Amino acid sequence: MKTYFSVFRLRLINNLQYRAAALAGVATQFFWGMMHIMIYEAFYANAVSTPPMSLKQVVTYVWLQQAFLVFIALWVRDEEIFNLITSGNIAYELCRPCNIYGFWYAKLIAQRLSGAMLRCFPILILAFFFPEPYRMTLPPSAMSFFLFIISLLLGLMVVVSISMLIYISVFITMSPVGSMLIISTAGEFFSGMIIPIPLMPLWLQKVAYFLPFRLAADMPFRVYTGHIPPAQALTGMLIQLIWLGILVLTGNAFMKRIMKRIVVQGG
Amino acid sequence: MKLYFRYISILLKSQMQYRASFLLLSLGQFFVPFSVFAGLYFMFERFGNIRGWTFFEVALCFGVINMAFAVTECFARGFDTFSRLVVSGEFDRILLRPRSTFVQVLGARFEFTRAGRLIQSVVALVWAAMNLSVKWTVPKIITLVLMVVSGIFIFTGIFILAATLCFWTIQGLEVANIFTDGGREMAQYPLSIYKKWIARFFTFIIPFGCVNYLPLMYILDKVRENEYLYMLTPLLGMAFIVPCLFIWEMGVRHYKSTGS
Repeated sequence: MKTYFSVFRLRLINNLQYRAAALAGVATQFFWGMMHIMIYEAFYANAVSTPPMSLKQVVTYVWLQQAFLVFIALWVRDEEIFNLITSGNIAYELCRPCNIYGFWYAKLIAQRLSGAMLRCFPILILAFFFPEPYRMTLPPSAMSFFLFIISLLLGLMVVVSISMLIYISVFITMSPVGSMLIISTAGEFFSGMIIPIPLMPLWLQKVAYFLPFRLAADMPFRVYTGHIPPAQALTGMLIQLIWLGILVLTGNAFMKRIMKRIVVQGG
Repeated sequence: MKLYFRYISILLKSQMQYRASFLLLSLGQFFVPFSVFAGLYFMFERFGNIRGWTFFEVALCFGVINMAFAVTECFARGFDTFSRLVVSGEFDRILLRPRSTFVQVLGARFEFTRAGRLIQSVVALVWAAMNLSVKWTVPKIITLVLMVVSGIFIFTGIFILAATLCFWTIQGLEVANIFTDGGREMAQYPLSIYKKWIARFFTFIIPFGCVNYLPLMYILDKVRENEYLYMLTPLLGMAFIVPCLFIWEMGVRHYKSTGS
């Protein structure tokens, strides 16, 4: 465990160096957030029936999406790992005296965590000072906030275990771009990044609830806004834990099988 | 021009070498705007309209902008990834050749996989056009075509501007995405749904308004007088590329090699 923790720490420190790039990213995300809020505002302005989510909740949802984009987006990828696999340098990784699944897992979590740490604070702080209707709101209770933090972290672990499966698939396909684009597009849609899940038609909501993607984004964000009350949030976290178990176990099993018949590409 | 087609045919051959990967990527490119379009559809299913615009009106807008964007990404990808040329010093080689820098950078990259995106937007466009209660007269069809062409000019202009920035900054800037991807996302809806200052910026500084809002008013019969003025606005949008090219030339003259 200690090894994985130090991998995590090194990676975190390393990534925190890229502050200027993160700042540029923040500007872009502000723009996206504003734009989406304006679109939602226009939709809400003459809604025929009362939508299942208030505009205020949607605004907060959008800002949380932007702030934690690096946490939840499946297209965030570590080129290093891809290159390891396709260039054959994977051989060095195999020499390390630790489980390769855990090693990469720690690395990927650190990558996302550092990205979010750099970006989320400027976005969230400024979003609280924006003029209405763009202002972000506080969670309804301390309990909601607490549960939000925990479910967000659990969600991060779910996302990383999904992306681990994608990395493992590279061993077989060797060319990750296409399949990754398709999975991440579907994942983005079903995690409520395009439109919040409560605004989808009912049949589609059912599909989204069945899949694990929403656990990283939609669920924690709605816990924050109070759209999911604390009691329900606890059930949600149980589901997160179950998914996490399934994903990590399958990932580990696949990894072991692939390692047995691995082909090292070139030198 | 002949040189440019040579570039294209070479790049097509090289991309076709990895056929499975090529097809998968094209399929992926199809699904990216498709998921956004699905989102749009579901929003309309819930809300009915957006500031008086109906689904098919917005879908027409979506189709035009995404078509323009797909074509631009296909052709002008060289400018999008231009920072690599500058960082690696490759641009020196381009300067040495006795052809215009513009054509060479344009021909440096060509993304055929964007065909997936193009197909999706054409389908959206045709579907919207057939369901709108609009009489498709010849001038209207010309306007529609002009909208797409004008959109291509504007996106290319933005790509060029972003690439020109690299002469000064060396690294590509993520901020430029506000105007390329952001411009696309924004112009999917008629500009009138946004706040005034945003609509103004995207009409008078970067003329997306000339592609989606003003000519759309004409196509959808929302204006009564000066129809021809509205019809011709896409031409104004095209003019956007002229200053961009000037700035590009200025940037080329300012270029200092990174050496490596």
